Amino acid sequence: MIPFDYQRAAAPADAVAAVAGRPGAAFLGGGTNLVDHMKLGVAGPDLVVDVSELPLNHVLETDTGALRIGATVRNSDLAAHPLVRRRYPALCRALLSGASGQLRNAATTAGNLLQRTRCPYFQDTSTPCNKREPGTGCSAIGGHTREQAILGASAHCIAVHPSDMAVAMLALDASVGVLGPYGERTLPLDALHRLPGDAPEQDTVLRHGELITDVELPARRFAARSTYRKVRDRASYAFALVSVAAALDLDDGVVRDARVALGGVAHAPWRATRAEEVLRGAVASEGTFRQAADAELTAARPYGGNAYKVPMVRNTLVAVLRGLTAERPDRPYPGWHGPGLEEESG
Amino acid sequence: MNVRITLRVDGEERSTTVDSRTTLLDALREHLSVTSPKKGCDHGQCGACTVLIDGRRMLSCLKLLVGCDGSDVVTANGLGAASGKSEAVRDPAGELGGLHAVQRAFLDHDGFQCGYCTPGQICSAVGMFEEAAAGQPSHVTTDLADERIVLDDAELRERMSGNLCRCGAYVNILAALRAAQPRSPAGRAPSELPEDGA
Ligand SMILES: Cc1cc2nc3c(=O)[nH]c(=O)nc-3n(C[C@H](O)[C@H](O)[C@H](O)COP(=O)(O)OP(=O)(O)OC[C@H]3O[C@@H](n4cnc5c(N)ncnc54)[C@H](O)[C@@H]3O)c2cc1C
Ligand code: SF4
Ligand code: FES
Ligand code: FES
Repeated sequence: MIPFDYQRAAAPADAVAAVAGRPGAAFLGGGTNLVDHMKLGVAGPDLVVDVSELPLNHVLETDTGALRIGATVRNSDLAAHPLVRRRYPALCRALLSGASGQLRNAATTAGNLLQRTRCPYFQDTSTPCNKREPGTGCSAIGGHTREQAILGASAHCIAVHPSDMAVAMLALDASVGVLGPYGERTLPLDALHRLPGDAPEQDTVLRHGELITDVELPARRFAARSTYRKVRDRASYAFALVSVAAALDLDDGVVRDARVALGGVAHAPWRATRAEEVLRGAVASEGTFRQAADAELTAARPYGGNAYKVPMVRNTLVAVLRGLTAERPDRPYPGWHGPGLEEESG
Repeated sequence: MNVRITLRVDGEERSTTVDSRTTLLDALREHLSVTSPKKGCDHGQCGACTVLIDGRRMLSCLKLLVGCDGSDVVTANGLGAASGKSEAVRDPAGELGGLHAVQRAFLDHDGFQCGYCTPGQICSAVGMFEEAAAGQPSHVTTDLADERIVLDDAELRERMSGNLCRCGAYVNILAALRAAQPRSPAGRAPSELPEDGA
C-alpha cells in the first residue's frame, strides 16, 4: 500500500475542500471497497478523507413524501428502516442480497453506489486493463467473459457494475445529491454511472472532489409493488450474475406504469426502458412480459462465455413481473424461503 | 503518516502509534497481541477477522485503524464473563463456565474442526443475534415488514453466510447457533427446533 495522509472530515464542505484541493485525494466511506483496492494496488490515494462520520446518517421523509437517504447511512440500517421495508421492498431486498452481514454494517449508501467493478483483471495489477490503466488494453475481451457485460459495452471495456442497491434505486426513480467545490447539484441516478465508451476509467460523471450527500426516492405509486431478484452462483454471499429490479403500477390487470432495471449486465446499472415501453398500457400477462424482455434484449451482445446471461435475464425478468402481479407481490417465487431453484433460473 | 490511536479492546483502553496504512486486524494481532481475530483472506471475503466494533460485527481486515480512534472493539477473546471486560456482550448470568453462551454452544456442539474460522464465527454470531433481536430482516425473511424475526435454519444460514469455514464444519456450526440463540421472553423465541442434523 502506498503511504497516505488521513483526515476525518467534520462537515461536508470540509471534505469537499480537502479532496478537491489535492489531485491524489479520495473520500473514504465504510472502506470495504477502497481499502481492498489500496491493498491490491488498484487505488493509491495520497490523502484519505474519511467521510463516514459526517452528519449524513439520516433517513427522512420529505414534505413531498419522498425518502431522503443520507450518504453515510449503513446498508444494514437502510435495509432495516421501517419506511424502506414497507414502501420500497425492491430496495430492501436488494440491500439484503448484497455482500454479508459484516460488510453491510460497514458499507455506506454513497460507497455502495461508487463501488468499482469486480472484473478479475481490473483487480489484478499484473494484467492489462483500460479501466485501471487507460490505453493498456482490455484483458477480458478474448479472455474470461463469464461475468462480463451483454449490454452497452465497448471495444475498450466489457465490465459490469456490481451493486445490487443501485439497481433497485434505479427502478425507484432515485436522484443523487452532490456537493462539489462549486456548489450543489442533483442528478437522476440514471445519469450518474457512465457506459464505458472510450473512457472506461471513468465509472461516473462525478468530478474530482464531488461528494455524494444523499439519495432521494420520490413517492411513486409503483414503489410498493416492487421487488428485486438476484441470480448468482451461491444462494448467499456472491455477486449477481444477473439481477432484476422491477416495479408495477397495476390498474385492473393493466399496467399503468412500470420500472425495470437490470444488474450484472452492463457497465452501469441498466434501466430497461424498452421493456418499460412494452409494459406501459399493456395487459399484465405472460405474453406481455415475454415481449418486454425480448424488446430489451434485442440490443444484447454477448461475448462467448456470458451468452447464458441473455436467456437468464429473459427468464428472470418474466418471473419477476409475473410475481409482481400476484396477491403478495413481494413474495414472488416458489422456494423463496430457503434453497431451491425455480424452473426459469437455470 | 504515523498516528496515535486510542481505543478500547476487550474492555481495556489501549493506545498505539501506527502507520496510517495499518488495518485494525494487523493492529490487534501485531501491535496489541490480541490474536483471536484471524487473517484468512485479508480482502473481506472470509469473515475470519470478524470483531464487534461499537457492538456491530464488522471485518477488521477492511477497517483502517486510524478510523477506529475512540471505538469499542470486542474480539472473541473478550466475550464472556471470564474476561470480566466487555459490558456490551458478556454473558450476564455468568453461568457458562466463564464463556459466552455462543462460545459454550460451539464447544457443546463441536462447531469447529481446525478452529481457525471459529473466533470470527463466534463474533459474527453474537452480532447476528443482536441484529435479529432488533428486528432486522434478512434476504430470506418472507415478510419484510414483520419485525418479529424467527431464526429458523434458513435465517441462520443466510445471516451467517459471511463466515466461511474451510473445514466445512457448517453442520455443527448450525447446531451450535440453534442452541445458542437467545430465548427472549417477549414471545419472540423461535419455534422449538430439533437439536440435530442440518
Ligand atoms: C467479499 C465482498 C462481497 C461483496 N458482495 C457484494 C454484493 O453481493 N453486492 C453488492 O452490491 N456489493 C457487494 N460488495 C461490495 C460492497 O457493497 C461495497 O464494497 C460497499 O457497498 C462499498 O461501500 P463503502 O462505504 O465501504 O465504500 P468505500 O470503500 O469507502 O468507497 C467506495 C468508493 O466510493 C467513494 N466514496 C465513498 N463515499 C463517498 C461519498 N460520500 N461521496 C463520493 N465518493 C464517495 C470512495 O472514494 C471510493 O471510491 C461486496 C464486497 C466484498 C468485499
Ligand atoms: S473489462 Fe474493463 S475492467 Fe475488465 S479488463 Fe477490460 S477494461 Fe479492465
Ligand atoms: S481476513 Fe477479513 S474477511 Fe478474510
Ligand atoms: S473449523 Fe477449520 S476453517 Fe472452520
